[in-house]
Parts: sequence; C-alpha cells; structure tokens
Amino acid sequence: MTAIDETRALTAQEQEWVDKFMDETTLFLGPDPEIMRDHAISARSDHEEIVLAAGVDRLQVERIRKRIAGALDEGYEMCEAQGAAPGAKWGDLTTAIYTAAGDVAYLSCHGVIAFSAILHHPIRYIMKYWKDEPTVGIHEGDGFIHNDARFGNIHNTDQSMIMPIIRDGQVIAWVAATIHEGENGACEPGGMPSGSETPFDDGLRMSPFKIVERGHLRRDLLTFLQHSVRDPKLQLADLKVKITAVRKIMERIDKVIDEVGVDTFVGALRTTVEDVDVEVRRRISELPDGTYRMDQFMDSTLKENILIKFACKITVKGDHMTIDLRGTGPEILNRAINSPLCSVKSMFMQAILAFWWPDLPRCTSAMSCIEIISDEGTWADASYDAPMGQSLQASFRGFSAMQAMYSRMSFSTPHKYSNVVANWFNQINTFLWGGITQHGDMVGNLCADLNGMPGGAKPFKDGEDAVSPLFCAMADTAEQEVMEEEVPFMQLVSKRLVRDNMGFGKFTGGMGYEMIVAAEGTPQWGFMTVTSGAKFSSIYGMYGGYGCGAYPLAMVKGTNVYEHIRRDNSKFDLSIEKVMNERPFEDGKYLTAHMGLQFDIAKDGELYMISQGAGGGYGDPLERDPVAVVRDAELGRISQKVAEDIFAVVYDPATFRLDVEGTTAARQAARQARLQRGKPFEEFCAEFVTPEPPAELLYYGSWGDVEEITATEFTIDGPKRVTAPLKQLPIIMVPDRREVKIAALEARIAELETKYGEDVQRLT
Amino acid sequence: MRVPMTEYLVIDLDTERWTCRVCDGDMGDAHDSYKKGTLAYDRDPREIHQPIIDPTRYEYTFSPDPTYCRIVEYYCPGCGTQIETEYLPPGHPPTIDLLIDVDALRRQWQERGVDPEQAHIYGPGEDAQKYTALHKATGHIR
Repeated sequence: MTAIDETRALTAQEQEWVDKFMDETTLFLGPDPEIMRDHAISARSDHEEIVLAAGVDRLQVERIRKRIAGALDEGYEMCEAQGAAPGAKWGDLTTAIYTAAGDVAYLSCHGVIAFSAILHHPIRYIMKYWKDEPTVGIHEGDGFIHNDARFGNIHNTDQSMIMPIIRDGQVIAWVAATIHEGENGACEPGGMPSGSETPFDDGLRMSPFKIVERGHLRRDLLTFLQHSVRDPKLQLADLKVKITAVRKIMERIDKVIDEVGVDTFVGALRTTVEDVDVEVRRRISELPDGTYRMDQFMDSTLKENILIKFACKITVKGDHMTIDLRGTGPEILNRAINSPLCSVKSMFMQAILAFWWPDLPRCTSAMSCIEIISDEGTWADASYDAPMGQSLQASFRGFSAMQAMYSRMSFSTPHKYSNVVANWFNQINTFLWGGITQHGDMVGNLCADLNGMPGGAKPFKDGEDAVSPLFCAMADTAEQEVMEEEVPFMQLVSKRLVRDNMGFGKFTGGMGYEMIVAAEGTPQWGFMTVTSGAKFSSIYGMYGGYGCGAYPLAMVKGTNVYEHIRRDNSKFDLSIEKVMNERPFEDGKYLTAHMGLQFDIAKDGELYMISQGAGGGYGDPLERDPVAVVRDAELGRISQKVAEDIFAVVYDPATFRLDVEGTTAARQAARQARLQRGKPFEEFCAEFVTPEPPAELLYYGSWGDVEEITATEFTIDGPKRVTAPLKQLPIIMVPDRREVKIAALEARIAELETKYGEDVQRLT
Repeated sequence: MRVPMTEYLVIDLDTERWTCRVCDGDMGDAHDSYKKGTLAYDRDPREIHQPIIDPTRYEYTFSPDPTYCRIVEYYCPGCGTQIETEYLPPGHPPTIDLLIDVDALRRQWQERGVDPEQAHIYGPGEDAQKYTALHKATGHIR
C-alpha cells in the first residue's frame, strides 16, 4: 500500500502534467459551470481593446446599429413567413448578432427578448471547446445547432442555428436564429412534456454541435435528428429556414463590414454592449435604496398538487442591484417543473427589456451588472440530473417577480421608462397535441392560444384582454381555421371570454378566453396541458387589486359531441360553465382536474375545455368607477354578484341603470366592514401565522423569511416532513400518484373489511 | 417632503412615517414595514374568485382552494382603503415586501431638487399622460 501525502501542494510541473492528463482524457464535456453560472458580459478582447482605444465615431456606430437592426428584422420576417413550426408562424423566435465572445449586441425588434440573456452560453461553449478542437473547429460557412437548456436556452423546444462571421481567419461576430420548434422527441408530443420524470424524457438533448459544415448541411446528423423526433419534415424545413435567414442577415452584415471595415464593425458591437451596461447602472441608481420581496407559490408538479415556493428578494444600493432567490423550494427529481438557472435569468431579462427598460438595445449587458444569488438544487436552479420538460413553470415565476417588483421599485421615480403595471398572466394555458393527422402525418405541437395571455392593469387603465404572451409582445394567436386544415380537431369554442375572469381592482386586469376542443376522424390523437394554478392563483394583484382566479381542466369523456350536435344542433351552444353545470350530453362523464394533463388519448368527439387566465388588478376595487362596473355587467364580463360583492356597486339588472346613492352607501358600508373585521397587523399575525405549513399540505420552500427549507420526503414509512438547509435536504422525489391512490384504496378496503368482519384470504 | 412609494402610501421624509395617501392617516415608522400599521384580514379566496362551475360536483371550479391559498387583505386603519392584497398558503408569515433606506431616499430627492408628489408620474408616453390627466380631472386619480 502506498501512502500519499495529501497535504503536499503540487509543483508547477506536476500541476501541468495533471492538467495535460485531464485535458487528454476527458470522458465527457458536459455543461461548463464557469460558462453557465455567468451572465455578465465578457471582458474586452485584445482586438476590442485596440479598436476602442483608437476611438469610435458615435455617428458611425449609430448607422451600423440601424443597418444591423434592419438586417435582423429581415431575417426575423423570413423565419416567421417561411417557418413550418406553429411557433415560427406566430412569432415565437428571434434573430440576433453577437460579439466574438458571444455577448448579444443586438436582437431583432420583434420576437422573444429573453434570448438576449441566453445564447452567449452556447457560443462561449463553442469558443471554449470546439474552436481549437481538431475534430470540430470553426470555419466560414459552418453552422452550429443546439437546444438543451443545460447549455443555455429558454427551454428545450427552442432550436438555434448559430453561424460565425469570420475575417482573416478570426471569428469577429456571430449571427443566430432561434425558433420555438415545439416537437423535440420528448416523452410526450410538443416539446414541453409535463410528464417527464427524468432528463431523458425531455427529448432531444442537443449540446452545441456543428450541423452545417462549410456551407453544407450534414445529412447524417440531420437524419439522426429527424429520426429522434415525431415530425421529421418540420425538423428539416425549419433547419433550412434558419440557415437561409442567418445567411441573409450575414449577407447584409458583410456589406456593412466591407463598407466600414472590420475594426469599426467590431468597435460598434462592443460599444453597444458597453453603452447599455453603463446605462443600466445609471438607471439602477435612480431607484430608491431598499429591500423588495415577493414570494410566489406554485400548486402543482403537473402530476399532483403540491405547494412550492419561488422566493425572490431584490436589494438596491446605489447603482448595485442584487437578486436573491434563496428560500426557493428544492428541485423535485422526478417531475418536469424544474428549470436551470439560466432559463430563469432569461425571463428576468424578458421583464427587464420588455417591461422595465424597453427602450434599451437588447443586449446581454442589460442584466450583466445585476448580481444574482442562488443555490443550485432548487426548482429555479436545477441540477444537471433534474428533468426540465416544463421549466417555464419556474422561469415564468422569475418574470412575474421582476415585473411586479419593478413597479414597486420604480413607483416613486420621477422619470419612468415604462408604465407602472400589475402582473401579466404567466401560464401557457393552451392545448398541446399530437398524433396522426387527417393527412396521415405524425405530428406533435401546440395551439397558439398560449399567446392569448391577458395583460395586467395599469394605474390609469384596465389591462387588455388576451393581448400577448409575457415573453413576446408581438406574438399572434393564429388563425384556428388554418390550423384545422392541418390537424384533426376543431376548437368548438375558440375565443369566448369567461365571465368574472379578471383581476379585480380600481382598474381591472385583462380577461382570458376559454377553449373547447374535440378531435375527430383520426386513428390516434391526444391532448395535453402543462400548467399550474388550479388551486393557488398564479399571479397576484397590485396595491389592493386582486390576482387571477384558478383554472381547471374540464373534460367530457365517453361521448361523441359531434354526433350529439349532428342530431340536435341546438346543443352547439357551448361554454365550460354551461357544459359542466348543465351536462347536456347525457352519456358523458364529466370531470375536472388540475392543468397538468399528461398526453391523453382523445376519442372522437370527447371534449377538453380550458380557459386562459387573467391579468392582475390594480388598486382598491371600491375605487373603481361605478359606471365601468355596470358597463362590465351589461357586457356580461362580470356577474351581478361580483359587481355587488367585490365592487359594492348597486344597479338595476333589468335596465343596467346605476344606483348612485345605493352604491355610495354600499361602498361606505364595505369600508366600515373592513375596519370592523381587520385586525392590527401584530394581532393578525399572532392568529394567522403557524410555525410550519398545514400538516396535510405537501409544501416545499422556506416557511417565511428563513434559511431552512421545508420539504416532504417520501420514505419507506410514508411521507415525512423535513426542514433543513438546502444542501442538507434529502433528494426529493414524489411517488407515482397512481400508486398513492391504489394504496389509499387498499387501506380503505382493509378498513371496510375490518369494519364488516369480512375474512378475506389473499394469495401472496 | 412626501414621496409617493405606492398607490396608497407616501413616506413623509419630515416625520419619517408611512402615511396614507387617501386619508393622511399615520401608518407607522418608515424605517420598518408599512404592514405593521395596517389592519389585516384573512379572506377565503372563494369569496373573491367565485366558482364558475358547480363546487358541489367538482373539485376544480375556477376558485382557489382555501386549504392551499388565502388572500390577506391589508386596510388603512383610518379610511378602510384596501392598500394591498397578498396570496399566501394558510399560516405562512406575511412577506416583508418593502423596506426603504429612508436616509438614502432623502438624499436622492434632495439631489433631484423637486417635489416628489408634483414630479410623480405613472409612466412615459402619450397614453399614460392622457389617461392620467383625464382621471385626475375627475378626481379618480390622486
């Protein structure tokens, strides 16, 4: 046995040998923590240093910016017009230009801003690992593809085409196009599986690799990708679309470089990145110093109801901002809700560039100087081994935290760059679908109704109904009739607002609409839903306004409504409320569930019904203009009960004439009632606050502002609550809900057998 | 000097107190959480987000589940204005959502040299200015 002196430091020569050995024998190049944990802009390269030291012509920089913006918008429009993915058609994509080191210098005006915070990761990976790798290298005409969020992405449905701009053998910039492709070969169709239980259920796991070699698309790799997904035609079509769009952008940029020279071009990119960094620091210094906090609670693993916290605290001091996510619940190692930190950061960026400072160029530097504190191992900072099929559950909470807290941080500032606004709805309440179409094609994707998210109320105006997704201001909800030519289901109800579905307030949040779908004429078809918020509202109100309600999945199974409607067309008068309460299809089985529906085979004519959510309300509902309340009631947007209970407005339901005196009296009474029932805060806390969550609640996260995390561990003896610092928690996995149900049923049977004295002999 | 910090609260830099913008009532020490100066109420969420589908037949009804979610309403003890709401699991400690460095706030406004209440706006652009002016004219916005 050889004794090793572990206390002795290696000599420089020995360290060199160790490093060389490790370099030469690396078995696997996974995501690089040095790259993945860092969202700051890179240091100036030697080239950038020389160029900037020589001075830049600001006017020239501005001209170059405009030319780049034009080129990127042209590329964006090409993708939107030619893309095969539903996501491309509605604008869920982006084009961008990057510095040689990968910092985003400019993004297309339309599209998903969050990509500003994400694609530097794969480019840095390519530059670090593939540039000097003899079997890969970077050459003119090369193109790299990637999708895996572990290497930097919003989520795994998005696929990028990243191409270098090379001059004199050196990479001087990158151009990329990224499209939400949807289908990616995951365990369920559509690319966002709510049912994934391991990272291998999430579908394609493309680390950045070269698929275009000196201008030629690699057919062998393409075939591998097509073989790995449900929609091989889509995989090919959109690869070509992205390659064509990127090349068109590069053509435009080549002309710019030819005109101004490499140095001026490189200087312009770097100047933009640095300008934004300086401006962001200045804008932070305009905010009041202080600590701002928002806790959010998510009610589902997408398989069962739990309650998991997304904690967020922002500290502002001078020109420094810190975002602290500690207190957030642990990752759940066999559920799809986990997100890598980079994806959460990308949604921070979405809020920053869409709702904080929309006038800034879309650069990596818009968030570069903001410090982010997070411990790996939470559902918002998941480890490599966690499934991330529906990572938007965590990352969109990151958006909501940033959006709500900025309205608070910036409220007092005399110069504003955007309006104070309550929370946007933050769930992608839509149907994902898959199966065999009426044309015999195997497909998998989703309805564009996720883009119908309602907007939050402003201090001077109601939020807009079903206006746009939080991640893309210009996204379209698409033409349902066009989709119906391609897929074997109809939206029997497509855009009907659900009454009372708004964030109540002095100004109300926008309303969402319901969707009712049923398939027909297909050998196999199914639907999924992938969201939370059926038991705990997913967004909250602002300054006395309320948040959204809760949203169920409703289904009518075991009947063919098309047959019913063909026999009696008066039955084609559908709404969730009407169908579920009146039950017009007598042979149907009526069900409600939370919004995490794993791929469910839909027989002909079975109804699946969901609703978009609502935007947050702003201000005390008792301050809402009574005339606006009556108008909402007359339009059927709210019920009389809500008008009376929430807004304390009295009117004649026959004529919709406002009772001014009655309303004044009702509002006075409502305020008096508040003063009667409200308790001084300390007294309230003494009654309301408990030392730990209710015993029956599966709760994950800090309970209050404490370091320790509460979780439920499922042991051999059943569920056991544990409270410990994150690093000391056991691995958290949730048992199969069917096993839980079977165990409960078996226990009940045993109880009844004992109760009634039945002696049952079971073979074992 | 009074700085509007939320729709319903100012920090009075002279007294260093939170103050209600509706009734001018005192809401506590500005160095601490404004919530300590409020009246609070534990609201069953089903009373606000009322069921759309029959709660006697279905578990999921468009209403939050009161065993998961409570709405804490915060009122001004002077005028009863609902200044905040907070969605919490039952028994979860209320969040200290706003702690301001009052000295830094004073320095910031001294440097700006303007009256914070006069300078306050809700946002840029014609849209914000137009609607804000419209509602201010009718007294609907303070």
